[in-house]
Amino acid sequence: MSAAKVVDARGSFCPGPLMELIRGIRQEPIGTVFEVWSSDRGSAKDIPEWVKKAGHELVENKEEDGIYKIQVRKVK
Amino acid sequence: MVSNQLARQLKAEILRGEVEITVINESDTHVYQPLFLYMAFDQAVPEDAHRPEKSVLSRHVKLVVGNAERVEREKSVVLMSDGQEIPYDYLVIATGSRPAPESIPGLVEGGHIFYTEESALKLRDALLSFKGGRLVVTVAVPHKCPVAPLEFTLMAQDWLNARGLGEKSQVVYTYPIGRLHSLEPVANWANEVFPARNIETHTFFNVENVDPEEKTITSMEGETLSYDLLVAIPPHMGQDVIHRSELGDAGNWIPTNRHSLQMDGADNIYVLGDATNLPISKAGSTAHFEADVVAANLINRIRGGRGSARYDGKVFCFIETGHDQATYIKFDYEHPPKPQAPSEMIHLYKLAFNKMYWLSAAGVL
Ligand SMILES: Cc1cc2nc3c(=O)[nH]c(=O)nc-3n(C[C@H](O)[C@H](O)[C@H](O)COP(=O)(O)OP(=O)(O)OC[C@H]3O[C@@H](n4cnc5c(N)ncnc54)[C@H](O)[C@@H]3O)c2cc1C
Repeated sequence: MSAAKVVDARGSFCPGPLMELIRGIRQEPIGTVFEVWSSDRGSAKDIPEWVKKAGHELVENKEEDGIYKIQVRKVK
Repeated sequence: MVSNQLARQLKAEILRGEVEITVINESDTHVYQPLFLYMAFDQAVPEDAHRPEKSVLSRHVKLVVGNAERVEREKSVVLMSDGQEIPYDYLVIATGSRPAPESIPGLVEGGHIFYTEESALKLRDALLSFKGGRLVVTVAVPHKCPVAPLEFTLMAQDWLNARGLGEKSQVVYTYPIGRLHSLEPVANWANEVFPARNIETHTFFNVENVDPEEKTITSMEGETLSYDLLVAIPPHMGQDVIHRSELGDAGNWIPTNRHSLQMDGADNIYVLGDATNLPISKAGSTAHFEADVVAANLINRIRGGRGSARYDGKVFCFIETGHDQATYIKFDYEHPPKPQAPSEMIHLYKLAFNKMYWLSAAGVL
């Protein structure tokens, strides 16, 4: 868990947290776990939605002090 | 911009020989990239986008034209390809980003891009010989200028109509996330305008490969689309010099403090523009606002201050909406973007800005 790569996308309106995650997925190797930090409530929904569509794995989806922290494993 | 601001405000120190400012650039020509969009439609030519680098730099700034091979932090020098070493007390890295079409199998052979001058001119010729069919615009992550893909799509539709090819063509637009643009107001606006202009859209589409034989593109999400003319906004990367200097992440983006704009773990290195790993738009306006903060901090520190001015994440973009209208959008880390109605006025202002840019680069605007 502690090896998760943090994608700090707080306050990101453009490109936004999901696009920041996709950037990470494009550039890091299979098996990498990302933890996206977002201040946008929408991320808790649209990141899992994309992860499912693209066939990656949602590891965790939680909120801490108004920051949404979503962990995703790149599986392919 | 940074060096011009420094040169102006530190003129006394420079004249006394206490401060020296050097700009390293691989070319002696300064290129205004937004015009590539217009070059693709034959509405601008390279000459419009070029100025001698010297003409936009203060005469108190030293210009070194050449390729930076590596930043050597232990020695505090920039090593040039020709072996020259340029020492620094403070280093500002603004090396930008580059489109990486080679990262999508088949794209170089099967598609076009317009994010470099050479590729925009190639696309111009392909458009001029286009007889109609499916023109697919596919947007990948990350990319600079987050509005150019949208503008290109609308301009392409206008262009086809104007040439009488509208009926025989279908413009298709794909976007990586679940809406048509990352900025919500822009996405909402595009949601109305795209169908009204008969543009086909596909969301959650991240191009994974191109089949130049079959003329198809397939996404990470498993969708395949056919095309007659493919225009991609490919994933971008930071520059190779960042990789050679081991300053970046896997995409050659430099880990940067979002407020101080210092490179993580480096007190005397500042990063701005496309080169950072910050989750903000890779746009000229971003670089502009960041340059103000970096220049202010450098001036302050050289004069004994602590350099504590902070960047607030401010971005401002004009958006061409076709039909000779444009709109704009601004936001920062704390304030989401608000929609503005497109108008002809803003379009004219954007055209004027394409000329005023040179004042901005000179640090005047
Ligand atoms: C088609 C298109 C349309 C755009 N439209 C807009 C727009 O409407 N609004 C907007 O705000 N932005 C727009 N942009 C984005 C904007 O051009 C960039 O975000 C901006 O130029 C980034 O500035 P920068 O200083 O970070 O990098 P750049 O302007 O790319 O400058 C980087 C410099 O570093 C030099 N360099 C790199 N590596 C080396 C090396 N190893 N040695 C020596 N020199 C080196 C390069 O020669 C270059 O001069 C557009 C971009 C494109 C391609």
